[in-house]
Amino acid sequence: MNIYQEELLDHYENPSNYGTLPNPDISHEEDNPLCGDKIRIDLIVEDDIIKEVRFSGHGCTISLAAASMLTEEIVGKSLEEVKKLSRDDILDMVGIPLGPVRVKCALLALKVLKAGAYGIKGWPGEEDE
Amino acid sequence: MTQKTKHTSDFRPLDVQAIREDFPIFANTPPLAFLDSAASTQTPRPVVEAMDAYYDTYRSNIHRGVYRISEEATDQYEKARQKVAQLINAPRTSQVVFTRNTTESINLVAYSWGSPNIQQGDEIVLTDLEHHSNLVPWQLLAQRTGATLRFLEITDEGLLDFTQLRDVLSPKTKLVAITHVSNVLGTITPIQSIIDAAHTAGAKVIVDAAQSVPHFHVDVQQLDCDFLAFSGHKMCGPTGVGVLYGKLELLEEMPPFLGGGSMIRSVERDISTYADVPAKFEAGTPSIAEAIGLGAAVDYLTQAGLASIHVHEQELLKYAHERLQEIEGITIYGPAPHQKAGVISFNIEGIHPHDVAGILDTHNVAIRAGHHCAQPLMKKLDVIATARASFYLYNTFEDIDRLYEGLQKAQNLMTRRSK
Repeated sequence: MNIYQEELLDHYENPSNYGTLPNPDISHEEDNPLCGDKIRIDLIVEDDIIKEVRFSGHGCTISLAAASMLTEEIVGKSLEEVKKLSRDDILDMVGIPLGPVRVKCALLALKVLKAGAYGIKGWPGEEDE
Repeated sequence: MTQKTKHTSDFRPLDVQAIREDFPIFANTPPLAFLDSAASTQTPRPVVEAMDAYYDTYRSNIHRGVYRISEEATDQYEKARQKVAQLINAPRTSQVVFTRNTTESINLVAYSWGSPNIQQGDEIVLTDLEHHSNLVPWQLLAQRTGATLRFLEITDEGLLDFTQLRDVLSPKTKLVAITHVSNVLGTITPIQSIIDAAHTAGAKVIVDAAQSVPHFHVDVQQLDCDFLAFSGHKMCGPTGVGVLYGKLELLEEMPPFLGGGSMIRSVERDISTYADVPAKFEAGTPSIAEAIGLGAAVDYLTQAGLASIHVHEQELLKYAHERLQEIEGITIYGPAPHQKAGVISFNIEGIHPHDVAGILDTHNVAIRAGHHCAQPLMKKLDVIATARASFYLYNTFEDIDRLYEGLQKAQNLMTRRSK
């Protein structure tokens, strides 16, 4: 399967929830030192439910498309539910096989989200290692 | 033992098709367009065969063995050292120290020469072009000693700004650590002038030759460099073996780097005396098969002819510049082809270099994308990353055509709706 398939390219070219929020409850930014990709995520949270989300930054197709998909997934969910999102959930959303370097691209947005919302450092899936 | 200069005119056109037959990886279909030799090269059969011969017929540890196959292993290991010494025209074979790679060679100098010779207030001169391997060891040394790092900058064309040299060098300069060829831009630095100027200022010079020794003839006696480091895996050799060349009087006065077996003369409970160079710097069982493989790689490159390899790479580079310049929105970094080695770094507007490399991979074209272990240079170029194609003796004009076609496809795919 070609990693540059339609759905990913759609998200890359027309990302959902792209931008920033003026008064976010949570705002966090991180980069992937391997390739310099950088993603910021802003959240509005009411009664533990994510009401609004925006992401911004720069990166490759995989990192930006995964960020777009992730933001679609988390709106309306509780912080507790979002905390359970795993590396595999993201890779399922992306839906195509990725090599180890590109897996990090796909996981960058989740890493930013977890670090911002829960202070969880480290790449998703590597917390226990 | 003193060796005479050889390497007179070894120029004859490369028979690239015959060369490619020595590399089994190119027999696969669809054929691989391998354009990442600046990271690590492919391995020809004679190199693998030399290592196989060690494993299959005389596998044993070197030195001190009193049985025949151990003598054979020692003999082959030392012959490899001799071949490397001849390649770079080292005055004595013992001036070639086997390490793991360029990084280890540079760290060896940073510890064994740097620690006793660098003090607070001293200055170490580097350049904007350095790979992390020729930057971080000096940062660590500066932190240990209180020395200061100073940098020769590059011009907009990616050449070293030679006019700054006079301002940067001073009586405080104890060391100049400089790359011979930039792994990102391909820039060939004016190494001879810099070595001469550094010596006039009373400084020693270490040359990072990881990207030069594999591609053209480097003569340490002519350069008069104090140290020179390079890796086997970037010159058709195996991974796990590298080289440090040093001037004999420097190597002799330096304390050991790692302690252990092989590097000693005698050991008592509280104190040891050390072996002569190069054994002093080769603690523990070295990469025996790999050193023997490197010796075979030296033979292979010498047989092909380094002058011929250089000419071939220059032709590929010129052609690559011509073709890639046809691509809309491309930025090629670094100087003109005649001022650099077989490396071409570029970005295409609107496409992340990771995507460029990812799409090329689907067409079986291998290039590198990222910061190339040169983050300060990326900052200087004001980019996050670049895509980089690099060439070696086995590359063809067709490889470059496939790069060009792959880039066009990437552009069509990534910019299809914005047009």
